Amino acid sequence: MTSAALSALLGHWRKHPGQALALILGLAMATALWSGVQAINSEARASYDRAANVMGQNQIARLASHDGQPIALADFVTLRRAGYLVSPVIEGRIGNGPSAFRVVGIDPLTAPLEALPTPITDGRIAFGDLATSDGLLLMSPETATRVTTEGLPQIREIDEIANGIAITDIATAAELLGQENPSYLLVRSDQPQGLPPITDQSLLRYLEPELTSDISRLTDSFHLNLTAFGLLAFVVGLFIVHATIGLAFEQRRATFRTLRAIGLPLNRLVALLAGEMILVALLAGGMGIIIGYLIAAALLPSVAGSLRGLYGAQVSGELAFDPVWALSAMAIALLGAGFASAQALNRVRLMPILAPAQPRAWAMASARAQTIQTGLALVLFGLSAGLAIFGSSLITGFACLAALLIGAALALPVVGGAVLSGLGHLARSAMAQWALADTRQQLPGLSLALMALLLALAANIGVSTMVGSFRATFTGWLDQRLAAELYVNARNETEAALVLGFLEDHADAVLPYASADTRLGGLPAEIYGYSNNDIYRDNWPFLDALPNAWESVESGEAVLINEQLARRQGFSLGDELRLSAGWSLPISGIYSDYGNPSGQAIIGLDSFKARYPDVPILRFAVRVEGDSATALAAALSEATGLPPENAINQVEVKQLSLRIFEQTFLVTGALNVLTLGVAGFAMLTSMLTLTSMRLMQLAPVWALGQTRATLAWFELARIIGLAFFTFVLALPTGLGLAWILLSIVNVEAFGWKLPMLVFPMEWLRLLGLAVLAALISAAWPALRLSRTPPNSLLKLFTNER
Amino acid sequence: MNVKSALTFLMMFAAPAWSQGFAGLGEDAEGFAIPQPEPSFSFPQDHGAHPDYRIEWWYLTANLTGDDGAEYGVQWTLFRSALRPDTAPAVWDGAQIFMGHAGLTTADTHFSAERFGRGSTGQAGVSAQPFAAWIDDWQMTSTATGAQDALSALDLRARGDAFSYDLALSATGPLVFHGQAGYSVKSADGQASYYYSQPFYEVEGVLSLPQGGVSVSGSAWLDREWSSQPLSPDQTGWDWVSLQFDSGDRLMGFALRSETGPVFTSATWIDPEGISTSYPDGALTLSPLETSQVAGREVPTRWRIELPARGLIIETTALNPNSWMETSFEYWEGPIRATGSHTGRGYLEMTGYD
Repeated sequence: MTSAALSALLGHWRKHPGQALALILGLAMATALWSGVQAINSEARASYDRAANVMGQNQIARLASHDGQPIALADFVTLRRAGYLVSPVIEGRIGNGPSAFRVVGIDPLTAPLEALPTPITDGRIAFGDLATSDGLLLMSPETATRVTTEGLPQIREIDEIANGIAITDIATAAELLGQENPSYLLVRSDQPQGLPPITDQSLLRYLEPELTSDISRLTDSFHLNLTAFGLLAFVVGLFIVHATIGLAFEQRRATFRTLRAIGLPLNRLVALLAGEMILVALLAGGMGIIIGYLIAAALLPSVAGSLRGLYGAQVSGELAFDPVWALSAMAIALLGAGFASAQALNRVRLMPILAPAQPRAWAMASARAQTIQTGLALVLFGLSAGLAIFGSSLITGFACLAALLIGAALALPVVGGAVLSGLGHLARSAMAQWALADTRQQLPGLSLALMALLLALAANIGVSTMVGSFRATFTGWLDQRLAAELYVNARNETEAALVLGFLEDHADAVLPYASADTRLGGLPAEIYGYSNNDIYRDNWPFLDALPNAWESVESGEAVLINEQLARRQGFSLGDELRLSAGWSLPISGIYSDYGNPSGQAIIGLDSFKARYPDVPILRFAVRVEGDSATALAAALSEATGLPPENAINQVEVKQLSLRIFEQTFLVTGALNVLTLGVAGFAMLTSMLTLTSMRLMQLAPVWALGQTRATLAWFELARIIGLAFFTFVLALPTGLGLAWILLSIVNVEAFGWKLPMLVFPMEWLRLLGLAVLAALISAAWPALRLSRTPPNSLLKLFTNER
Repeated sequence: MNVKSALTFLMMFAAPAWSQGFAGLGEDAEGFAIPQPEPSFSFPQDHGAHPDYRIEWWYLTANLTGDDGAEYGVQWTLFRSALRPDTAPAVWDGAQIFMGHAGLTTADTHFSAERFGRGSTGQAGVSAQPFAAWIDDWQMTSTATGAQDALSALDLRARGDAFSYDLALSATGPLVFHGQAGYSVKSADGQASYYYSQPFYEVEGVLSLPQGGVSVSGSAWLDREWSSQPLSPDQTGWDWVSLQFDSGDRLMGFALRSETGPVFTSATWIDPEGISTSYPDGALTLSPLETSQVAGREVPTRWRIELPARGLIIETTALNPNSWMETSFEYWEGPIRATGSHTGRGYLEMTGYD
């Protein structure tokens, strides 16, 4: 009995292979996008864990010199002989370009446990091995393949070490980097009893652990972004599955009835259907895993590049296959399939054996359901508004986004119905009235697909607005901020003097500047000393400034701060900023500073020199005729021996910065396109679902004299109208999304706010795409309709369905 | 992960310890200098370091009594270990490693602390003239004046997580040389070290404990030893004792335990004027009487020590049986009290109990 029933049920798929394909593909795509994003996120997280675990230095306080140069060895010994437990580290870069890596030389004899990599603490590597006369470099296999430098000590590959880093004994590092003095000292958190606090000594600057911030906190927003997209795609995919299962159920109603009538127990029928669903889920899940892996592998290098450029985070560009990830993807597929088919299964359970098929009833939503949906939509809009006003973290920002999107999606059928009945009052001809009424009837069945389209369009509008605003603002800001043509960075004071001498003869203006790390308002920040010049006065990207802001800064009477500092500490113009003990200045200007996670303040160079006499002035902004910048840089290099990479053309800096941001948006762009594709597919399957049922509604109209061709054109017109309507709803939703992204999410994540710019041409393009997607999805059903043999239309009047 | 296992990588010797005697001290001397019989010492130079020998130490133990009447034991040790015989001039060179151990024992608590440092940076080191041995802020500095031997007056300091001490030592007797004029044999195979002591210190100072500071006074004993392969590969550890009897005599004795062979003992008897007599293997016997569970091990904390040649039959008991040094190389070190034919106080060290 069971096998006969099974073959009867499966026979349906054989007869309608397109449906089977839609079902499997829909679930597979949903799983693929979700699991692809998860794979990227977990790969990144694993990289951060490795970096944090191996070095542990993010959690350890440090001592550094006041001027950022290496610490005198004698200072280290002095501190140790005073009883403080500090450990020296010599750090530096070896190699150039992609084969460059960072050498970190630690002293295992004095290092705190958290700073020792696992292979040393678990005894795999003995001190004797590390401190052999030739030395040993510990690095991950991925770093080892990149290294091209000659004459390095022996390399030992250790998986747990973060990419781009080689850990070694401090003696080896000292020899490799030619640097005897420690770069900084690690400070153990528990110092011996009876000593004055180490923060009291003034020999060196004490840097708290938070200064070397936890990388995963910085990159949270990026990963949340990706997760949101994955979730969106998954939800859209589930719509497809739900639609297809609903159709299959309707078409197989007769089969169910027959099977029940000849004696198949209800429970067994439900079990067979459930089993069928599980099989589909497993198959689709498997496909989804493969596709997801391919998507992730394709996107990961871009993601890794963005993270490296934006945050300095080292993420592996190679995707490791994680069985846990595959299992969770399969579980999601099963869950999604179960969720989507629950309603249908329940109806099978409750269906009276001899009930006739009622496809219309399925397609229609009851008035009560409509009310509930409206209420829910309003609640979500309210929630979104509430979160926007009162929310204060990244999570609430994204929750606000989600509430807006879901509210809009739920509101779509309700608003659509209202619009259509409103239009219905205006309609004059019978055909028009019929078309509008028919559309209203069709709306619930199509609503899922239209919701999917709405979400995809809104996401597209939102993200492209954000990206566009960012690009436009950022380019303009870079022009203002990097107003000088050339930026020169000398390596030491002697070189600085040579460079200055050369440039004073050959350039229009030489503007030295310098910076020091400090704490402003209790948080880590940088303080810069600038010498005044027209280019700053004319170009500086102020958000708000007092008149003569730069003049007052130059004379040492005021200070400028960046947007991040102003926003985080609540400063405004005229407030006093405490720069150090006993030294405060009023704020005369607030400027935008995109891309900088910490606070920044600018004072006049003379004041800076007076306050930080130990900091050498090694950096210069050089003004020269635009096209002679490269020539000047080359001449400077030759005359003073300055390495070419220490004289940067402003054009290069801009290109580099833009490239990093472009890479980031490449990823979101790709996900955008994929999501839109999934939505289009959802629409296609919905159309196919409904077409067979629509014959009941169309047959009478045909019988009254309308040709099949006319009816087909009406179908097309209807779908275009619906797509247009969805776009109209998507536009404000998308703009709301963009506003939330720019004003809330971005501000929470980075501390700076971009102005929102609109791009109407982009909207037109998207409208065209939406209509095109609708047309493609409706073309085939319309064509089939126009080709339906009159016989089948007639049959509808005689047969029950 | 406990601190001990985390630091085991710092085994100076890359090879597994058990096949090379305790703490790898039985490892082959490859390239290092080897002690020779009939040594002649010249001071103050020989109070300093001997880099061409692999292992060396400055080892001080003190029996103290506080002004509250309680008994205390203090240990201050600086070990020098060379990874290679050559001394490269590089600043961060890891060839000469210094390890400091400090201990403080009371009747109920035992504190221990450990430090490591490279000799080449100046974080740790020993200078012979003027004599100073240090690692971080731990110091053993000579305060001797004029023609006095450098070790006859010392300033001693150390600090751990929960304790510290500051002691002044002054010697009331001469240096004592063990074995044959300072050439001390450790096994039947002939492994030996250069070994001398200053056992005549009187101590005054202050201990700083979690419950507060204590003024203390008492006596102390300094051991100086250096060699390149002091143990033979089958020797698993030793029990060493130093005793200052109420009669004014002093005793140094050790028993080296072997996997394969019998125990090898050696002793030095020192009379109150500083005249010493060395006793060869077999003259001294150490017999464990009672063991205690210490740090998960069975360790004998009550001993019978007999030196028939001097009519010595005594029993020693530990002030605190839990005197376990929780350092990279773990061992038992604590103050003891002697009863029997002679009475007095001293220190006991037991290594190789796993």
